[in-house]
Amino acid sequence: MPPPPIAIRVATEWLSARARWQPLEVVFWLVAFSAIWLLPERHLILTEIAWLGLFALSLDLILGYAGIISLGHAAFFGLGAYTAALLAKYGIVNEPVLAMVVAGLAAAALGFATSFLVLRGSDLTRLMVTLGVALVLRELANRYGWLTGGADGLQGVTIGPVLGMFRLDMFGHTGYVYCLTVLFILFLLARRLVNSPFGLSLMSVKGNPLRASAIGISVDARLVAIYTVAAGYAGIAGALLAQTTAFASLEVFSFDRSADLLLILIIGGTGYLYGGLIGAIVFKFMQDYLSQLTPQYWPFWIGLVLVVIVLVGRERISQWTGPFRRFAAHLSWRTLRRRLTVSPGEGH
Amino acid sequence: MLTILFDGIAYGMLLFVLASGLSVTLGLMNFINLAHGSFAMAGGYITVILVNRIGVPFFLSLPIAFLVSAAIGFLFERTLYAHVYSKPHLDQVLFTIGLVFMSVAATDYVMGSSQVFVQIPTYLQGQFEIAGVGVGRYRLLIIVLCGLLTIALQFILAKTRFGSRLRAAVDDSRVARGLGINVNWVFSLTFAFGSGLAGLGGALGAEILGLDPTFPLKFMIYFLIVVTVGGTSSITGPFLASLLLGIGDVAGKYYVPTLGSFVIYTIMIVVLIWRPQGLFARAASR
Repeated sequence: MPPPPIAIRVATEWLSARARWQPLEVVFWLVAFSAIWLLPERHLILTEIAWLGLFALSLDLILGYAGIISLGHAAFFGLGAYTAALLAKYGIVNEPVLAMVVAGLAAAALGFATSFLVLRGSDLTRLMVTLGVALVLRELANRYGWLTGGADGLQGVTIGPVLGMFRLDMFGHTGYVYCLTVLFILFLLARRLVNSPFGLSLMSVKGNPLRASAIGISVDARLVAIYTVAAGYAGIAGALLAQTTAFASLEVFSFDRSADLLLILIIGGTGYLYGGLIGAIVFKFMQDYLSQLTPQYWPFWIGLVLVVIVLVGRERISQWTGPFRRFAAHLSWRTLRRRLTVSPGEGH
Repeated sequence: MLTILFDGIAYGMLLFVLASGLSVTLGLMNFINLAHGSFAMAGGYITVILVNRIGVPFFLSLPIAFLVSAAIGFLFERTLYAHVYSKPHLDQVLFTIGLVFMSVAATDYVMGSSQVFVQIPTYLQGQFEIAGVGVGRYRLLIIVLCGLLTIALQFILAKTRFGSRLRAAVDDSRVARGLGINVNWVFSLTFAFGSGLAGLGGALGAEILGLDPTFPLKFMIYFLIVVTVGGTSSITGPFLASLLLGIGDVAGKYYVPTLGSFVIYTIMIVVLIWRPQGLFARAASR
């Protein structure tokens, strides 16, 4: 029996209201793009933030929206990085955008293949399996040194100009525009995805898999789909790293990378798309500052931040930012227009 | 062939002593403690300081390493870990990863980043032959010590009052609480004891496993393999898993060195897919 028309209309309206662009989102992206002209001397770190944000976004898709804890998300990131670097090094695909797409597809394929491993078992089993996949890939990259350069990393990679026109320079100017554009396009896709009925069904799976399957959502298929998409995103993030640095090493698979990524998401907040991006900004500047302060021992402070966040409680931290987020939620286009037309002082 | 088996058994026994505490904490509180290796590292470094710098006899340093690691474990459990038990797994993972990062950086700061070795007494070095099999003296000591520890653990768990309380708490902590067992206290003691065992394992294993500040990260996966493959409901499961892992790892590195740890990780993934509750686990009661 098809649902009554009124239900469909209500649902459609609700979904489109959810998907509407908020003023603060527009501001966020305007600031990000204006940094192309306003902060040219910080483009190197901004480039890193862009691909790190994309990587965090991909983890948020599976952690925040599907509830899968992964300690091995670096597996897909690393596969993407190596794919892009190898394609460029051996001149198979000289054009970075195409190479990036290929890298993303390769990572997505691996994600699809390994997604069946995370469907079963408890959190601990998933942790172990995801960690194990990353370790296996790292071991493989180490063993096939003739292809990947082994422990020395893949050197001598030359990246062709983006779209055949824009050469990647050493100051990161082209790199930032390139990474930011890719991030923005993929963000739009992810935004479309999580605000669709598919995204809603994912969140119901996260909330309670048993009930979700009881109302006719095929849980496994949803998880496989989102895991594949997230793996592809991570692969593209890895490709961006390899292309902007013209280098790939075993470090892309490291456990630290997956762990840092969790910290980024926790700083920014899980389950909403900007969490990864904001977390990446905070994390990168924090890391930059700490590593200047104590070049060797900055992991100590990163660890301390993690411990303190957990002891204080993630919920409580999100309470502190609560007023700001309520303000953001309240700030719809209509109220904004009203505030702009009503002159300050005589308003609310 | 037999030498490899012997080395593998020594390695496996060592892993068991290192990881047995973890299996109890995981089974009892359903708590994912990725920082277990940090306690082992503490034990290892304590022995290094005692033996190399102060000149304490090796055999005296082992119980000290056990006691100090246990004390550190007890302190951490009471002050920090106790707040995290009721939180979701994600929080536990983040919290213990944070502890690992802190312990790695702090050890690096205090002890330097290079690998260190314990000066073991000369009469424990070298090897002798029994019926054509080369037997390392130090490895023989490890097998004997760890074997005795395993028997002692099994005895404590099966025969003493504390052991039965512990088993009751692992099986169903709510009912155990209802019967008047102070589960928190049982858990604190067990945690401290497990940390102490890890410290002892670290002290014994510094020679074989190598000791540097990244120890907790390097061996985290091994401890977790022992626990997840062995299951958390008994002590024999992790014991058998440790032996398998030890022999498999040593044999794999000897016969197919090009594949390295690849074999172990692949086997782990296959086992976890095949039996998510662990190879030797009883049917899940919860």
